[in-house]
Amino acid sequence: MNDMTPIAKVQTTMKDWETDQEVRWCPGCGDYAILKAVQRTLPELGADPAKTVFVSGIGCSSRFPYYVESYGFHTIHGRAPAFATGIKLANPELDVWLVTGDGDGMSIGGNHTMHIIRRNVNVQILLFNNEIYGLTKGQYSPTSRLGTNSPTSPLGSVDRPASPCAFALGSGARFIARAYDVSKELSGVLKAAHAHKGASFVEIFQNCIVYNKDVFAEFTEKANANTGQLWLQDGQPMLFNKGTQGITLDLETLSLKVVEVIDGDWKAAGVIVHNVKNRAIAHMLVEMPFGPFPMALGVIYDDPRPTYETTVLEQDAKAREGKSANLAALLAKGQTWTVSGTAADPI
Amino acid sequence: MATAIANGPDALTGGKESAPTEAVVVRFAGDSGDGMQLTGGQFTLSTALAGNDLATFPDFPAEIRAPQGTLFGVSAFQINFGSSQIDTAGDAPDVLVAMNPAALKTNVDALKPGGLIIADTGEFNKRNLEKAKYTVSPFEDGSLEKWQVLAFDISALTLEAVKPFGLGNKEALRCKNMWTLGLALWMFDRDREPLKDWLNAKFKKLPLLAEANIAALNAGHAYGETAEISGPLKQHHIAPVESEPGLYRTVTGAESVSLGLVAGAQLASLPLFFGGYPITPASAILHNLARLKEFGVTTFQAEDEIAAIASAIGASYAGQLGVTSSSGPGIALKGEAIGLAIMTELPLVIVNSQRGGPSTGLPTKTEQSDLYQAVYGRNGDAPLPVIAARSPADAFDCAVEACRIAVQYMTPVMLLTDGYIANAAEPWKVPDPASYEPFPVSFLEDKNGPDGELLPFARDEKGARPWIKPGTPGLMHRIGGIEKNPGTGNIDYSPESHQTMTDARRAKIDGVVNSIPDQEVTLGETSGKLAIVGWGSTYGPIHQAVRRTRKKGLDVSQIHVRYIWPLPANLGDLLKGFDKVLVPEMNTGQFKTVLRDQYLVDAQPLNKTSGQPFTIAEIEAAIEAALA
Repeated sequence: MNDMTPIAKVQTTMKDWETDQEVRWCPGCGDYAILKAVQRTLPELGADPAKTVFVSGIGCSSRFPYYVESYGFHTIHGRAPAFATGIKLANPELDVWLVTGDGDGMSIGGNHTMHIIRRNVNVQILLFNNEIYGLTKGQYSPTSRLGTNSPTSPLGSVDRPASPCAFALGSGARFIARAYDVSKELSGVLKAAHAHKGASFVEIFQNCIVYNKDVFAEFTEKANANTGQLWLQDGQPMLFNKGTQGITLDLETLSLKVVEVIDGDWKAAGVIVHNVKNRAIAHMLVEMPFGPFPMALGVIYDDPRPTYETTVLEQDAKAREGKSANLAALLAKGQTWTVSGTAADPI
Repeated sequence: MATAIANGPDALTGGKESAPTEAVVVRFAGDSGDGMQLTGGQFTLSTALAGNDLATFPDFPAEIRAPQGTLFGVSAFQINFGSSQIDTAGDAPDVLVAMNPAALKTNVDALKPGGLIIADTGEFNKRNLEKAKYTVSPFEDGSLEKWQVLAFDISALTLEAVKPFGLGNKEALRCKNMWTLGLALWMFDRDREPLKDWLNAKFKKLPLLAEANIAALNAGHAYGETAEISGPLKQHHIAPVESEPGLYRTVTGAESVSLGLVAGAQLASLPLFFGGYPITPASAILHNLARLKEFGVTTFQAEDEIAAIASAIGASYAGQLGVTSSSGPGIALKGEAIGLAIMTELPLVIVNSQRGGPSTGLPTKTEQSDLYQAVYGRNGDAPLPVIAARSPADAFDCAVEACRIAVQYMTPVMLLTDGYIANAAEPWKVPDPASYEPFPVSFLEDKNGPDGELLPFARDEKGARPWIKPGTPGLMHRIGGIEKNPGTGNIDYSPESHQTMTDARRAKIDGVVNSIPDQEVTLGETSGKLAIVGWGSTYGPIHQAVRRTRKKGLDVSQIHVRYIWPLPANLGDLLKGFDKVLVPEMNTGQFKTVLRDQYLVDAQPLNKTSGQPFTIAEIEAAIEAALA
């Protein structure tokens, strides 16, 4: 399977990826940090602005394309994955980034998120999860935690939140990663997502300082980072809290467990080594409840499969083999008969 | 063996020498599992090959396999063929082939007085009679007296004919439709050879079934010859129609739309991208195009109607000709995305094979009730061109036109067909692709502003913006559904911008009128007492009704409109030349409303919403009433 010829690397600077448009997010919004991280990462990837397309739906996060000096398509609520699929089928050489949010990608567009992932279209999906509807002024979202007070849930929300990464994995994702807006590792995660051929799903926890301030502070705050963040690295033991704690697999219950690591001897503690191709463990990591466990961050799962557009184009090319596009012959296909003689208007 | 029941005088059953028949209407009706559509389709082909003009009307239930023998499970196929021009599937059938009691019950009232019923008595058992709500057999209670009846045990005759092949009872009975077809072919003096070829090809891997079906076909044919000798049945010769010389084939609307889209993309020098989601009666277009990859076609079965259009817009954005298709309920779902294509000014063709509505409505029946939806059905001021095909053959040219307008004006275009056009077949003079003027697309390659800047929303003399493919160096820009600056396309909510852009979008679509032909009078004078104004698939019955009433000396003209929005420039003046304007539509008066609004003309409605096309007689009566 020949998955897309690599796009020629182009020399750019961070500045080259900034547009002349005034960025209109609220001051202090986590989106600024994500935008900077993306603009910082694109030159490192050698990305070509002319061959890069940012596609988005509707919401605060979906304003993103207006601020990146590349091609950009701000579409309609929730449907960005379907537009992106059409773009990739029409021109697989384009490097497509899809920017969405928890409302756009998990609520109104949940269906399309599922299908672009299961088809494995080669795009990077960045889902900014702030657990709230920002642009419509603060209603609770499908990822809001139980009891979230909002204009539409004045007594606290009662619907259980969805987990974007678990949803993506359930939809057949071959790449799952997590990061948060201001984390310095975000750029590395974006690079890994870009390197993965196929639909890469990245959940980025994003602080909405107006409607859902500090909702992730329990693990993003500096003071909580050690105990709250588990940064996963392929081939490395799952350690956190400066290596004093780790994650093991309880073989009796077949579930993950936090263990203490004494004197750095993680092997003795039974800490497991992260393998980005282990789908079963990936399922457990994305479902790992925060609180009893740290938040699993970094590349959780990365095991590529042939992309949708490659398979489609190969199949189409095969169907075209030995056939010519003779329109006249096509129109005259099937059983035909010839009428000769003079024309006569029967009326 | 079988006992033939025959009664009554005249018509097709003979007795007397009947005059040379100009046109005949035959309806095949049976259980939805009896293969009536197949029988009808093959009879259509042999009729076309015999050089008759024809029109068909397949009428089948929404259920794939409705319970056997029930009234709602009846599937019918009507064909009108003759030696003169045929525009409709015919009003009342001359011949009804009824494969079971339910088929007889649901169809017999449509039959012409004196018409011929051919029925399979093998299916008229107690159980089937009960299912069809007959208390006594209709052959015994005199209820069929006004028709000719030829009832005999087709089931038994078929079993007898295929006996040598040792099929199971169920499989053997499946050959019944071929037996019946054999009889029909004999009745109208048709060649059996193309049918045999077709059966051999169809059952290539099961030669036994091919042989059995051919045996049944031959047996039905032979039965006709024998029955003629013994009395009630007569063979009819229908002379070939005089038509324009050339190469012909039969075509359904779904086929001709598919071919027209392929031709349109070729004329535009673009690859075709088709995003679709299965829906009756539009799915056939997706089926057809999925097999035409060598023509630069990519088909995408999306997860829903919205994704189907969104993927097509995405493909257009990336530089292909995006097309989507659906029926009313699906078009409703696509509404927001159509608005985005209007707002971002990207080319797109949307095909709506209309069906009865609202909501799920009548999935397999025809209606023209999505005209408001096409012309007005979006949020905001969101104009787009609308074209309506009048027949299966006409849909080809309409599809080409839709592609042309979409790329020349950078706009979505709605092409309206309907369930009748999509499924019905008619002879089609195969067009020469070289006779169509190409409309190749050119993409913007360099910055286009007066000061060397990029203006994605600058306009040409037609009001169209440039088409800019992502991947083009130096032309990076952003588009979206938010109101924009008239030149740069950057977000701009200012009062001036919204006014300017709203006006520009409207003026662009209004301007399409400059690229479409003036409205011609389809039949009759350019002024007079009465104009019958139609659009879409009502063409056939209107044409025949106007033709007939004109023969009677009535002052009536037919004006059939293809360009629904914008309307042809001269249409208003044309209508003012008539004392009365009557608009027959298979809806509650939608085009009538548009005409009234646009021209302040006193257009009167003639409406039908039964899921069945107009009959010629209905329109004839309305013409006579209007001129009385």
